[in-house]
Amino acid sequence: MPLSTQSQTEGDNYVLVASLDNVRNLSNILKAITFKDHAIFNATPNGLKVTVEDSKCLQANAFIQAEIFQEFTIKEDSVGFQVNLTVLLDCLTIFGGSTVPGVATALRMCYNGYGYPLTLFLEEGGVVTVCKINTQEPEEPIDFEFCSTDVTNKVILQSESLKEAFSELDMTSEVLQITMSPSQPYFRLSTFGNSGNAHYDYPKDSDIMELFQCTKTQTNRYKMSLLKPSTKALALSCKVSVRTDSRGFLSLQYLVRNDDGQICFVEYYCCPDEEVEEE
Amino acid sequence: MDCVVTGGNVKVLAKAIHSLSRIGDELYLEPQEDGLALRSVNSSRSAYACFLFSPLFFSRYTIPLGHAFRCKMAIKCVQAVFRSLSSLEKTVEKCHIELDGEKSRLTFTLHCKHGLLKTHNLSFQDSESLQAVFDKESCANMLRAQPRLLVDTVLHFPPSLEEVSVSVSGERVWFRNHVDDEAEQSKAMLTELCLSSDEFDHFAVGAQTSITFCLKELRGLLVFAESTGLPVSMYFDESGSPVVLSVTDSVLEVNFVLATLSDDSNLCNHNNNTKRARSPPPPDDFMTDDIDSYLIAMETSELAGPSDALAPRSPSPNHTLTTPPSVAMRRLERGEEEEEEDTEDTERPPNKKFRSLFFGSVCPSDSQLTNQTIKSQEVLASDSEDDTQASLP
Repeated sequence: MPLSTQSQTEGDNYVLVASLDNVRNLSNILKAITFKDHAIFNATPNGLKVTVEDSKCLQANAFIQAEIFQEFTIKEDSVGFQVNLTVLLDCLTIFGGSTVPGVATALRMCYNGYGYPLTLFLEEGGVVTVCKINTQEPEEPIDFEFCSTDVTNKVILQSESLKEAFSELDMTSEVLQITMSPSQPYFRLSTFGNSGNAHYDYPKDSDIMELFQCTKTQTNRYKMSLLKPSTKALALSCKVSVRTDSRGFLSLQYLVRNDDGQICFVEYYCCPDEEVEEE
Repeated sequence: MDCVVTGGNVKVLAKAIHSLSRIGDELYLEPQEDGLALRSVNSSRSAYACFLFSPLFFSRYTIPLGHAFRCKMAIKCVQAVFRSLSSLEKTVEKCHIELDGEKSRLTFTLHCKHGLLKTHNLSFQDSESLQAVFDKESCANMLRAQPRLLVDTVLHFPPSLEEVSVSVSGERVWFRNHVDDEAEQSKAMLTELCLSSDEFDHFAVGAQTSITFCLKELRGLLVFAESTGLPVSMYFDESGSPVVLSVTDSVLEVNFVLATLSDDSNLCNHNNNTKRARSPPPPDDFMTDDIDSYLIAMETSELAGPSDALAPRSPSPNHTLTTPPSVAMRRLERGEEEEEEDTEDTERPPNKKFRSLFFGSVCPSDSQLTNQTIKSQEVLASDSEDDTQASLP
């Protein structure tokens, strides 16, 4: 990819300009999906979508709507590029991660288009840092073909209790088994580790269960290593929706409130590990 | 087996398990008629702990009829059931422990708030009974203190300290760090605390004595005792005999039995366990508790200070106190070193120098089901490294 030879002076060549008074409103969300180095960015007039994938079995998407940004100007219908997410996060947090009240790092993110680097202007307390990160040809994100009409089971839970359950999960288990059913045990997370198995059951009438729509008893297993990164998103979220479709594909959608109380979404799609007979 | 623990007792159970994990890697579980016994022992068998929860501790306590059931499992697995102690109180309403004999599984079910049910099915191994042989009632010395006192005392020792020495006289108790490697003597920081008898709830000293044992295991008990606020009792005889640390209340009895370092200087020679004749210890120089005079005493050519005089390892008559103080200090410490087998290997775990505790590995008869057992029992298991030393009653 050619390095940009454009001068540093402001120009009208940017196809995308996005500004934030508080860069944490972007960096925190991106941290929740940083399990691989590279991320696919896709900007539309609606906002920014960042996608990270792992071994074609797991996909995480972070959605930051245009309204979250103080300025969001896009000159095309869709602008896409790929960058090293780790490098991007290092730049976004270049002033350190401290959360001193009243002191925020401001961000201006500019992109000239295909072949140009992503330019970041970060300012805190009068100090400005300019970062230019090389971009790559964006890969096409996998379409998991998860459609809402094919959803067999769906629950929405308050994250607090689920955070505790996930933090206690037996990591010696290779899989996390999720059972969803209109009858007992309703919603169950199971692990099979060295010492034995463990089950975490949430009843459908629990006060943390905001929505319970299960039509069919389904038990699916997912690789623990794939789902582990989702705990970062869970930690940030206040609510999570868990859906499975007829193929056993899992969709986890996290509702995240940023520093200013605005809502963003993070979702994870995961392929099931194998066919499991009902136990 | 079917037991239910409710409310705050769940946290007590969890703390007991965490406390046992400081002793050994395996948890021995035995439901007895007088309660549920949870035990652990360390690999060199020089530390043993037992938590006996009486049936009243449980809201339901049903044990298998017929043959006694005993099992052991990796303690880490049981700790995983009670992972976050701080949230246990707030979230767990009750804990149900059930035995599934057919599948050889022990099931811990935690009923939490919001209707959440956490079920852990743990596999176990059948095991023999684990009981230490000790009789605390017959010990010559007994101290009882509030846990806070002991916690504050051990706070002065670095976390890395392996062994602590406790010396008692009629009126006082000294806690010292134990430095046994001669090479470290001149470099080591020596810490000594003196507590007077009136700081203790009970202070009964039969004979002036000094014992050295592993601090880590004491800390394991103190963590538990502090959270329950129950006083800690210490029963001990002369060095070489195990020290029993005990915490009791109406529904719970905890005993930690720790081996103590034996007096080595004469042991190999005499090959018996009788008390040696000792020169009477010099007067108690702490009467004035004057740190300045203590320092002056150390620097002059007079005998070294009180810590020296009451050193646990009293020298045999050959090492007199007429030699210059600095040399005397070294000789005192060396007294026990000479009989040590390997001193160069400092990486060896300290337990090597301790006498092992002797366990009854056969099924006890009914009268011996409790831990208050047995004045004499044949030695059935011993640390192979102690072959050269005498056997204990």
